[in-house]
Amino acid sequence: MSLGLGVAQLAAPDTVRRISGVDDSATSRTVVPLVGARELVHAAGLLTSRRKNVWAWTRVAGDAMDLTALAMAIAHRDGHRRRRLLAVTGAIAGITALDLLTAVRATQTSKTGSAPTARSARREREGGSMDLTATTTIRRPASEVYAFWRDLQNLPTFMAHLEQVRTTGDRTSHWSASAPFGSDVEWDAEITEETPGEKIAWRSTGDAKVPNAGTVRFVPAPDGVSTEVHVVLVYDIPGGAVGKAVAKYFGEEPHQQLDDDLRRFKQVLETGEVVRSDGAPWGKRARKEFPQRPAQPLSDAELEKGADA
Amino acid sequence: MRANTWAGRNKVEVRDVPDPKILNNRDAIVRITSTAICGSDLHLVDGYVPTMQDGDILGHEFMGEVIEVGSGVPGDKLRVGDRVVVPFPIACGACGACAAELYSCCENTNPNAGISEKMFGHPTAGIFGYSHLTGGFAGGQAQYARVPFADVGPLKIESDLTDEQVLFLSDILPTGYMGAEMCDIQPSDVVAVWGAGPVGQFAMDSARVLGAAKVIAIDKEPYRLQMAERAGHIPVNFDEVDVRSTLLELTGGRGPDKCIDAVGMEATHGSAHIAAYDRVKQAVRSETERPHALRQAIMSCRSGGVVSVIGVYGGLMDKFPTGAWMNRSLTLRTGQCHVQRYMKPLLQRIERGEIDPTRIITHTLPLDQAEHGFDIFKNKQDNCEKIVLKP
Repeated sequence: MSLGLGVAQLAAPDTVRRISGVDDSATSRTVVPLVGARELVHAAGLLTSRRKNVWAWTRVAGDAMDLTALAMAIAHRDGHRRRRLLAVTGAIAGITALDLLTAVRATQTSKTGSAPTARSARREREGGSMDLTATTTIRRPASEVYAFWRDLQNLPTFMAHLEQVRTTGDRTSHWSASAPFGSDVEWDAEITEETPGEKIAWRSTGDAKVPNAGTVRFVPAPDGVSTEVHVVLVYDIPGGAVGKAVAKYFGEEPHQQLDDDLRRFKQVLETGEVVRSDGAPWGKRARKEFPQRPAQPLSDAELEKGADA
Repeated sequence: MRANTWAGRNKVEVRDVPDPKILNNRDAIVRITSTAICGSDLHLVDGYVPTMQDGDILGHEFMGEVIEVGSGVPGDKLRVGDRVVVPFPIACGACGACAAELYSCCENTNPNAGISEKMFGHPTAGIFGYSHLTGGFAGGQAQYARVPFADVGPLKIESDLTDEQVLFLSDILPTGYMGAEMCDIQPSDVVAVWGAGPVGQFAMDSARVLGAAKVIAIDKEPYRLQMAERAGHIPVNFDEVDVRSTLLELTGGRGPDKCIDAVGMEATHGSAHIAAYDRVKQAVRSETERPHALRQAIMSCRSGGVVSVIGVYGGLMDKFPTGAWMNRSLTLRTGQCHVQRYMKPLLQRIERGEIDPTRIITHTLPLDQAEHGFDIFKNKQDNCEKIVLKP
């Protein structure tokens, strides 16, 4: 619900303003997207947090803010706009009642249902593992696709978060990835299993901050020309501060990131490089993909600054 | 350089922006000599297609002279000085879709494939000047444009045909042609085309070239219907007559054998209560289409006929007549045009004089008057059918 409202208010603020009857006010131009952003915070909190009762109360508080704002708006409107505002206020009042009920219930459950809560709290402290899978089809023979991946130093050309992979031996390598706020994560890895043209499996070694392992399989596609690439990655997410940093480093949607990585892998093998557009000129810089810049050419200064501009 | 940009809903603005540069090895930079305003630009301008940003350069129909090529473009494909028409879908030429000649479904050219995938299930090709959903590529209503995969898409014009004769090979001529080709036209066929805009006109001409017995044009603007009539097609004005009964009258009660929807989401007319229903759904953005033309085409088509959709749709439609479609054995075919597939054969048809693309041009304006151009085109003022902009 928060998600829907938030997206609507951010994506089509003018429509929301028109429906609510506040399209005559310049202030509403600022307020509507802000309220939308707030809704998204509620949604993110409710969907991801284990302490849903707290987030449910934030929604009640948000509703109270909305009702106050609407009351102020009604006092200054008449005719059609007033009618539309009254209708919207009625709807919000209904939602408030629902949110209040949900919040009260969630609070009661979290007080009484002690067993599951204690378990989930422990899981939060200790971290857990994250499995990611993704697959793509590349119009190249399996031997070629395998060979490109097996040269691990190629991985950073399409994997957004990898800075560098340096091979240190026949089966060993040193990996570094960028994390937010300039901190880097580094680890050593070894290939644990390989079948040329078919499969590569690897895992991190030593005391990696984020122990991880992966498998990539190369399967001939039914068309007799292409290769299906199936990737499985497993991360052990530690708890505490490091866990949080890791979660951030992977962004909001790690599955999406891995999908996009494989899309770039396909681009590199089929077309020779990562495709760039004016709105997304930096190719593999994941953090630069959202929000995008306008679809117009970069200035010389922007080009010079590169992806950090 | 000067470029026409999106500046918010129902607002375009010609601004000064940086010149384009080579970003990928297979890019070329083209100095644009002619570009056009397309009906599908209207969906962007009025906000029906999401993911537009203030400052996005519009335009996906353009041609010009190559002034720079990247190191990855082979000299036998393209050189500085070549005169080219640029197709609107950006296609890599190497993926599975391109191998099947489904260029507008290219798997590699949309850097925002993730967004596109969420909206459409699978990503589609990048398109010039056509929202961030289709890649965030700068468009061609500008003095210069960057053309990715310049060794795959652009068609070299080596004869002395004028810009006006070949410009529409970039989009609307192949689009209209594909609409007719998807109908699998037989010599006895009566073909009805919804929309007598530029794409509709070319769909009608193509249907005739492909051998249709009769071609019917459905629109409400008298000047558009007259244009179709001058080209030998039968006009039906939906503001004056009931379309379905007129079509039955014209076809001995069978209904048109083949129906082409060249309107898409710019449809303006519907029965009152359905139109009100659509309007409410659109206001809360739970329906993105204005589907009246498509519904009418399905209901009018003869049993066992083909409904070919080349009008652009963007998202979700309500009240789609599945019952009519299934129970009467209709075939529904559609697609963004795979322009690269049609450019050469259509260039030959132009050279042989079978199709005259210039017949639809009503206005030629300097690029700086793009805003005025959008205004008269959108509001169908001044008998505006097709505008060519000169940068």
